[in-house]
Amino acid sequence: MKSLGSIRRSFAPWNDPQARPFISFRNVTKRFGDFTAVDDLSLDIHEREFFALLGASGCGKSTLLRMLAGFEHPTSGAILLDGQDLAGIPPYRRPVNMMFQSYALFPHMSVEANIAFGLKQDGMPKPQIEARVKEMLKLVRLEQFARRKPHQLSGGQRQRVALARSVAKRPKVLLLDEPLGALDKKLREATQFELMDLQQELGLTFLVVTHDQEEAMTMADRIAIMDRGKVMQVATPAEVYEAPASRFVADFVGNVNILEGTVSERSGDAATITGASGAQIRVENAGAAAAGSAVAFAIRPEKIRVSSRRPEGAANAMEGEIWDLAYLGDMTVYHVRLADGQVVKASALNSSRTVDDPLSWEDRAWISFAPDAGVVLTR
Amino acid sequence: MARAIETTTGGEAAARAGAQAGEGPGTRLAAALASRFVILVPYLWLLFFFLVPFGIVFKISLSHTAIAMPPYTPVLGLGEGLAGLFAGLRELSFENYLWLVDDALYLNAYVSSVVIAAVSTLLTLVVGYPLAYAMARAPGSLRPVLLMLVILPFWTSFLIRVYAWIGILKPEGLLNQFLMWAGVIDTPLLIMNTHTAIFIGIVYSYLPFMVLPLYATLEKMDFSLIEAAQDLGCPPMSAFWKITFPLSLPGVVAGCLLVFIPAVGEFVIPDLLGGSQTLMIGKTLWNEFFANRDWPVASAVAIILLLILVLPIMFFQRAQARAQEQER
Repeated sequence: MKSLGSIRRSFAPWNDPQARPFISFRNVTKRFGDFTAVDDLSLDIHEREFFALLGASGCGKSTLLRMLAGFEHPTSGAILLDGQDLAGIPPYRRPVNMMFQSYALFPHMSVEANIAFGLKQDGMPKPQIEARVKEMLKLVRLEQFARRKPHQLSGGQRQRVALARSVAKRPKVLLLDEPLGALDKKLREATQFELMDLQQELGLTFLVVTHDQEEAMTMADRIAIMDRGKVMQVATPAEVYEAPASRFVADFVGNVNILEGTVSERSGDAATITGASGAQIRVENAGAAAAGSAVAFAIRPEKIRVSSRRPEGAANAMEGEIWDLAYLGDMTVYHVRLADGQVVKASALNSSRTVDDPLSWEDRAWISFAPDAGVVLTR
Repeated sequence: MARAIETTTGGEAAARAGAQAGEGPGTRLAAALASRFVILVPYLWLLFFFLVPFGIVFKISLSHTAIAMPPYTPVLGLGEGLAGLFAGLRELSFENYLWLVDDALYLNAYVSSVVIAAVSTLLTLVVGYPLAYAMARAPGSLRPVLLMLVILPFWTSFLIRVYAWIGILKPEGLLNQFLMWAGVIDTPLLIMNTHTAIFIGIVYSYLPFMVLPLYATLEKMDFSLIEAAQDLGCPPMSAFWKITFPLSLPGVVAGCLLVFIPAVGEFVIPDLLGGSQTLMIGKTLWNEFFANRDWPVASAVAIILLLILVLPIMFFQRAQARAQEQER
């Protein structure tokens, strides 16, 4: 059986119609003056899910998070947590903790005191607080830094203190606002996996806001792609990448070639799409695209093969010219200019050290792809 | 070819570096002198406008009163040669300081000044903190206007502003007229010539000195810290005492010092609003100088006042330096 992406999932409560969502945004709208930050948005998140809100800055993802934390109030609509309407509950009474983008560590308190802050607010007995703080320090591997002040720590250490402080109270939901934004690339990659392990270990529901698609793809069980206050698609990383619902999503996540055309022939699931120049693309599954309708064919660069001769038996093949090419080490990226002038991006993994069919600038070349390599988008 | 070009430019660079090294010592000396000169200016300023006057006042405080011009002896000078100078120096004594200890008036004046200044400082803090906080949290476009409003009173003479308070506070003044018209009171409140009037005067006059340093620290503060505290279960009031206030302490200390120090030696406000009953060291000082013409005792009073103010500040600074070192 074919499955999207490379991961077989056993955790998928969103496919279970019986499962009750843990967090529900119901027709939530938030306006700041004339500006609509969140526009009639509905979204369900399940318990123990690692959920990512992905979008460009200003798309309303942070506002959504801040509304859940209680720092902003919806102009209309309701937010439910575990069946309870959160309206009117102040931030300090919500069973939700947030890890701030700036970390917001208290500069006049030691690492220990920062982690213990929330526990003290709950009136936890002192020995228990001490034990919990110790446990948290161990969890984020900062035992020997307990007495330090935040300004005596590196960026990565501060990030871990912020994380320890926000999970110390064992909140029902942990909100993370661009949690890795301030870290450098290497540290960010390592921390992504740490966060995933932590979420598994503690069994919490994580809601992370990020503009970094790689970060969202790596960590999240499901991703909501947001644009101008609306959710464009909610799906697993593989679905978002391999089966985007619209041109916007296809274009926003990863690299993509979008070829515009009309459905010229349709038989069962299969269809033929004809471009403006008369080039034809045969697709195995055209979804809901009706014959005669204008559609976009979206195909990822790594699913296109580039060769100097017309490949035999290829379902789709087009001739063009190597317009540009870049050798990146692990792969080579080709920009192939087709007869009608459109430039198609294709990438080839350099799985061996030598190439049998070397191509260079201005060479004639053929691109080819399988009938199931791309998706047909009607939106 | 490229390699060849590189080597020639490299050689040129080396030659240029050599030339620079050649003129090095001279320019370095000039730079060193220039940087010394920059430091020299503030030192000279301190010498001429603080240390020399301090020395003169200190010398007068060790002299004796005399009905003469100037009204003290000895007048040190080289008119009678070095021997005369030494003879003059031998005449100096600490008897004026002993006099200050003997007469309870001075001690009382010092104590009452410090108490009045301390209470006024506290009141100024209580009034100034909310003001500074509101300013720091105001929209960015409004802040320059608010700052301007705080500084605006300085554009009018200090003396006139204090005089204006007499018109407000006196028994038949604006405040009493308003309160009686509003039916809050039947008989006029006696505020003029009491400590209350002095407190009002000091709080009013020194408020900007409290608000500005407080505003400076509060404005720098990251208000997401308050959100973080609330997020961790801390109600707003408690978050203020646990986060905002401790973080604004540098501003609180600076503001309090800026109000307390001039308030201790304040003369105009107690003289105009406090009446003849109030005992403050500024008034005592004025009386010694201008009513008694006793310059030596007045100078001794001034020197002791300086010590009273400088010593706590020095202790405070040392404590702060120690705290900073511990953090390192």
